[in-house]
Amino acid sequence: MYKYDQYDQQMVDVRVKEFRDQVRRRLDGSLTEDQFRPLRLQNGLYLQLHAYMLRVAVPYGTLNSEQMTVLGDIADKYDRGYGHFTTRQNIQYNWIKLEETPDLLAELAGVEMHAIQTSGNCIRNISSDQYAGAAADEIVDPRPYAELLRQWSSFHPEFLTLPRKFKIAVIASETDRAAMKLHDIGIQMVRNEAGKIGARFFVGGGMGRTPMIGPMIRDFVPLDQLITYCEACLRVYNRYGRRDNKYKARIKILVHELGKDEYTRQVEEEFALLMEQGIEPPLAELERIKAMFADPAFETGASDDLDLSDPDFRLWVERNCAQHKQAGYIIATVSLKPVGGIPGDASADQIRLMAQLARDYSFDELRVTHAQNIVFPHVRKADLYTVWKALDEAGLSTANLDGIGDIIACPGLDYCSLANARSIPVAQRISERFGSAEKQAEIGELKLKISGCINACGHHHAGHIGILGVDRKGVENYQLLLGGSEGADTSLGQITGPGFDEDGIVAAVETAANVYLRERNNGERFLDTYRRIGMAPFKEALYD
Amino acid sequence: MTDVQFRFRDDELAGDPAVTVDSFFDQTNATAVRIEPGEDARALLPFLGRLQLIEVSFPAWTDGRGYSSARVLREAGYTGELRAVGDLVIDMLSHLRRCGFDAFAPEHGLNHADAQAAFDRWDNVYQVTGDGRAPIWARRHG
Repeated sequence: MYKYDQYDQQMVDVRVKEFRDQVRRRLDGSLTEDQFRPLRLQNGLYLQLHAYMLRVAVPYGTLNSEQMTVLGDIADKYDRGYGHFTTRQNIQYNWIKLEETPDLLAELAGVEMHAIQTSGNCIRNISSDQYAGAAADEIVDPRPYAELLRQWSSFHPEFLTLPRKFKIAVIASETDRAAMKLHDIGIQMVRNEAGKIGARFFVGGGMGRTPMIGPMIRDFVPLDQLITYCEACLRVYNRYGRRDNKYKARIKILVHELGKDEYTRQVEEEFALLMEQGIEPPLAELERIKAMFADPAFETGASDDLDLSDPDFRLWVERNCAQHKQAGYIIATVSLKPVGGIPGDASADQIRLMAQLARDYSFDELRVTHAQNIVFPHVRKADLYTVWKALDEAGLSTANLDGIGDIIACPGLDYCSLANARSIPVAQRISERFGSAEKQAEIGELKLKISGCINACGHHHAGHIGILGVDRKGVENYQLLLGGSEGADTSLGQITGPGFDEDGIVAAVETAANVYLRERNNGERFLDTYRRIGMAPFKEALYD
Repeated sequence: MTDVQFRFRDDELAGDPAVTVDSFFDQTNATAVRIEPGEDARALLPFLGRLQLIEVSFPAWTDGRGYSSARVLREAGYTGELRAVGDLVIDMLSHLRRCGFDAFAPEHGLNHADAQAAFDRWDNVYQVTGDGRAPIWARRHG
């Protein structure tokens, strides 16, 4: 994986110094809270309901064991012994003191980490496929391109005060595991007919209150024009994105209002001008980065045999593991969704244990997924049972990946100052309702996503079942959506009808699941059944 | 008119006050213009030869359109004074400078030591922005 050189290290060190200086000016009163707010946000520091929350960047979701260990130690030292993994493959701490933040950032910088641009109206942490470099179905490892973009977007002086936040995802397989088309820019690395690798650009996707699937604006950008093309996309947005209304300021609105063709025309025009400016890093830089993402030293001829005689282990392998590109290896996902737990939370001890297991059994690598789980990307099948036993003892062996218990939920009203309703307790209750492993196995793949307000941090539009918490005359009310998806077959969920109270929404999810179980054909997932039979049978069961 | 607090040029300050873009198009002898965030910097490109000063207005520092205006002007070859005017804060100075601004007229004067530290903050940069600085990738592959 990527290693900082002296320059990368200096950039994060200088940032710590800059932020320390900003905190000093805030504390001595030379910055008002209004002036400080956009500055702290650019460094991932939010003022929440009870305390400051710090969001730490995990570029393209990749961590080594030393970094993961420090994340655990920070949870102990600066938080209350927990970290919360997020839908942007980052980690958040919910109980941070402003005056301690510079020291915390210095500790992160010590292991090549930072909180740069994890919030604010700038280019955010670049996300990617959590199986990158391990997936059997990828064309190339997408992370070198994501790293190139990370450097380009870090402190890009022209794009630090955009109309609104800006999210970029890079993938390199047809199976989209990163919700790529729901990003401001989604990039799919592809191979063209001549056998060359290039980037396919989708621009103007997003969730929030106006969910949109990003249209493709260019089917192939050569690798030696990638940064220039991104810069053109951003410049058109920075110049013409709406700034009169915060809720219409994302690039999706610009692309929608101009129309895809006109936006594309403007980008191409800007791109032609920028090509003369020599802003593109040489391919040698991409090669330098790529070399650091070379495959680890896989053992050749490792056995593909797995002893599945332990039924609990078998269930976990079936639910939580995926095919690796290398014979004898497997990709294992640790679910951070125990029955009745808080989605994405892990204790400091659990974080350190996962770090140790990654060091011993996954070539020192971990990934954070946008579904708020942790991946060991490269486990030798011969070691898998040992890994599982250790996870099991630490309460980390929940076998529910992509099942109804593997819920994505935003922090909601328990933490977030924007939320209208609580998300976590609803997630916990649904998780308990479907707590039995047998029930979950019977239902199979069913992605459930909960947002506590219309900003959609819990991705409710993209859930096979989505739940949106709203405030109705001072009472929490939950709308139910069906039929969303974030995969290669991206679609947006439709609202079933009137909302429910907290008890009602838990029951409604069960009702919807039961309609599916009754109506499904052999081998159909919930989403497939919904797409085949439509909304009517669900509505009938929910509201009659 | 707000005073220029920081300037990175050796030539004399322009004599003429900056006029609005609309007035500029009516006055064939004007040598200084001020553009607002919603105005298209490219509309000025045919007139760069006679312009000595372009002021780019920042009514609110969180509105970043002026950064793109500056780069568009520099990329088109403008070499006159490019002055950032308005709600400037310490933390944006180095970024403005990177986008081509060489004069700064904040509406509220900035602490000199803090501003100087901000200008000098970044020894290295990741991007090419036309300010003549070699980006990190160029140093790596120099």
